[in-house]
Amino acid sequence: MRARVLVVDDDPALAEMLGIVLRSEGFLPSFVADGERALAAFRDTRPDIVLLDLMLPGMSGIDVCRSIRAESGVPIVMLTAKSDTVDVVLGLESGADDYVMKPFKPKELVARMRARLRRGEDVAPELLTIGPPGNQITIDVPAHTVMRDGDEVKLTPLEFDLLVALARKPRQVFTREVLLEQVWGYRHAADTRLVNVHVQRLRAKIEPDPEKPEIILTVRGVGYKAGTG
Amino acid sequence: MSRIDPIILRARRLRARRLVPQAVSRRVRWLTAVVRRQWRRSLQFRVVGITLLLSATLVLAFSYTVASLISNSVLQNKIDQSKIMVDNGAEYATRELTGFTQADDPSLPPALRNVVTQLYGSTNNQQAQVIMLRRSGGLSAVWPPQKSAQVMNDPQVSGIRPLVVGARAGTYQQIAALDIGDGLQKYLVMGTPVLVGTEPIELYYVIPLKTEDELVRFTGAVVTGTGIALVALLALIAAMMTRLVVTPVRVAARTAQRLSAGLLDQRMVVRGEDDLARLAAAFNQMAANLQRQIVRLEEMSRLQRRFTSDVSHELRTPLTTVRMAADLLFASRDDFDPAAARSAELLQAELDRFESLLTDLLEISRFDAGFAALDAEPTDLIAVVRRVTDQLAALAERCKVELRAVVPDTEIIAEVDPRRVERVLRNLVGNAVEHGEGRPVIVMLAADASAVAVTVRDHGVGLKPGEEKLVFNRFWRADPSRARQTGGTGLGLSISLEDARLHGGWLEAWGAPGKGAQFRLTLPTRGGDRLVSSPLRLVPDDARADETALIGEAP
Repeated sequence: MRARVLVVDDDPALAEMLGIVLRSEGFLPSFVADGERALAAFRDTRPDIVLLDLMLPGMSGIDVCRSIRAESGVPIVMLTAKSDTVDVVLGLESGADDYVMKPFKPKELVARMRARLRRGEDVAPELLTIGPPGNQITIDVPAHTVMRDGDEVKLTPLEFDLLVALARKPRQVFTREVLLEQVWGYRHAADTRLVNVHVQRLRAKIEPDPEKPEIILTVRGVGYKAGTG
Repeated sequence: MSRIDPIILRARRLRARRLVPQAVSRRVRWLTAVVRRQWRRSLQFRVVGITLLLSATLVLAFSYTVASLISNSVLQNKIDQSKIMVDNGAEYATRELTGFTQADDPSLPPALRNVVTQLYGSTNNQQAQVIMLRRSGGLSAVWPPQKSAQVMNDPQVSGIRPLVVGARAGTYQQIAALDIGDGLQKYLVMGTPVLVGTEPIELYYVIPLKTEDELVRFTGAVVTGTGIALVALLALIAAMMTRLVVTPVRVAARTAQRLSAGLLDQRMVVRGEDDLARLAAAFNQMAANLQRQIVRLEEMSRLQRRFTSDVSHELRTPLTTVRMAADLLFASRDDFDPAAARSAELLQAELDRFESLLTDLLEISRFDAGFAALDAEPTDLIAVVRRVTDQLAALAERCKVELRAVVPDTEIIAEVDPRRVERVLRNLVGNAVEHGEGRPVIVMLAADASAVAVTVRDHGVGLKPGEEKLVFNRFWRADPSRARQTGGTGLGLSISLEDARLHGGWLEAWGAPGKGAQFRLTLPTRGGDRLVSSPLRLVPDDARADETALIGEAP
């Protein structure tokens, strides 16, 4: 099945070029040029992945990202011309899973997209439990659900992947680079802020007190690991 | 009882004696330090101090003159009066004793007694004493009778006796502090010869100066008291006057401090039209100008940042399209004729250069706009070094350069921005490999308590004298005619230097012709700390002995 891609970008030339590249790579792209119509287009097309330009007329890319994330866990890859820390972090915090810096190479973009779409392949029954006693969460890997105190915690697919990566090997410390490779699919070290922001987002959802994390622990100077009893 | 060595005892006593002065001298030293500091720092203290010193000198001289003038005149007065009295007494005594020609006349002693009694009466003073002495001794008359003639043997007054004895007329005086039964006090002793027959009899008056002494003392006390009050008053006035001037100056200093701390709308209160008001007005005007300038510069900087950001976006979007188009053409170049295929290749390669140039330019302009932000976190630098050497292993292999990393066994954690540090190291190592001329490149990492350092050494052509500073200049090339192997942008080291500075760190270069070059990056272990030294040497050990080695520092 060919993956549907929603491209939200206001530059017609870039959009057309993206269309050529994406079609040649086997995607089914659809396009929307401004932020206000992006949400409606998203509801109409039900894409498997969204490519989103941060700077858009009408509604800003950040707002679009937030409103899509509010109703769906669909992978969102930002296209950004800004390499300023604040903008990238703001984009990631508003719900984007990954970003590609303009000017990007087509192969790089496609690799990023494929990494986000590569899921649901491992369906072996697997039930993971992490966290200290009294504050444990249970992860049902094939069902893509996370339970805490009998309630389901809603996670985006990326947050889920990050959590599973950590939970599969509790006690092992993962460097940010290893996580980037395992979860995001980067083969070369990239921006470790991706990991930082997503760990924070994940903590906000699963930790009782995100300021004092007990389930995902920071190992100073190295990275992160899953907390156990 | 145990016997104590006398030497120990003495040492103890010495120590005890020394202890007290030590405590005192410590206090004195402390006090001196305080006064000196105040003298240096407080204008008011200095003005009051100078006023106090000058007025005290003046008042001291003045009161000393006044007091000595008064006491002299009082004494002189008394001496003059007494002289008249003594002359009269001598005249009376001569008259009364004219009849006696023989020194051993038996009626002489009662006559003498009679004379001194009379003369005593004429002194009008209870505490006075009248003495008549004869040179042959033994025979003397004293009044009042309970007092003796011993007073004349007192060393203070005995000096006038030879004068009186030797003279035939005239009075001699001496002032002395004596105790003749009324307590120790000042007396005026006056003596004159009285001629009786062949032998002169000495007549002495011992006149108390109690009243005069008291007057002199009282005058002294009054003058001193007035002087002290005057000096204190002057100091107070000086303090108040300087306060009047110093307070606005202090306010100005405080306002200036606030201004420089960024509170740009701080102003002074302008009161009246005097010099201080003018100072305040001028100060305020300066502050207003400063504020306007700063606001203008801030606005310019904001526009610059905005421009950078806009250029970034505006330029990158079409570049992305071009990039993708070029990639597509490059991928299908096999289907083109040779000229078009080569064009596609050139397009692709030059786009890479264009892109990295654009990225570096934007990075530099972000530094220039002061918009670069440090994203520091505890980072293991060994991992960073390993990552960089791994990334550049392929390039090293291509250049046939051995790339070696010398790192400690234990992890080295520092609060740095890993992306920036990695970028700096990638740049340094990349340069070293390119300029290594096939000889080994060594990356060394070390740390001490407050800093971490990485040196990158190559054994290539090295740097000519002066070049170790030039390398950090934008678009600087060691040899413009040399073929550009890798097409660096010429901005790499400038960006690296800015990255180091952003950390509060140093990036320095050393080089000598034919000996290669070494770059050293030093960063504080804790973000915000000030660097004082580096754990690694800038000049490599094998080149240290060389006198011609030049050190360039760009902190």
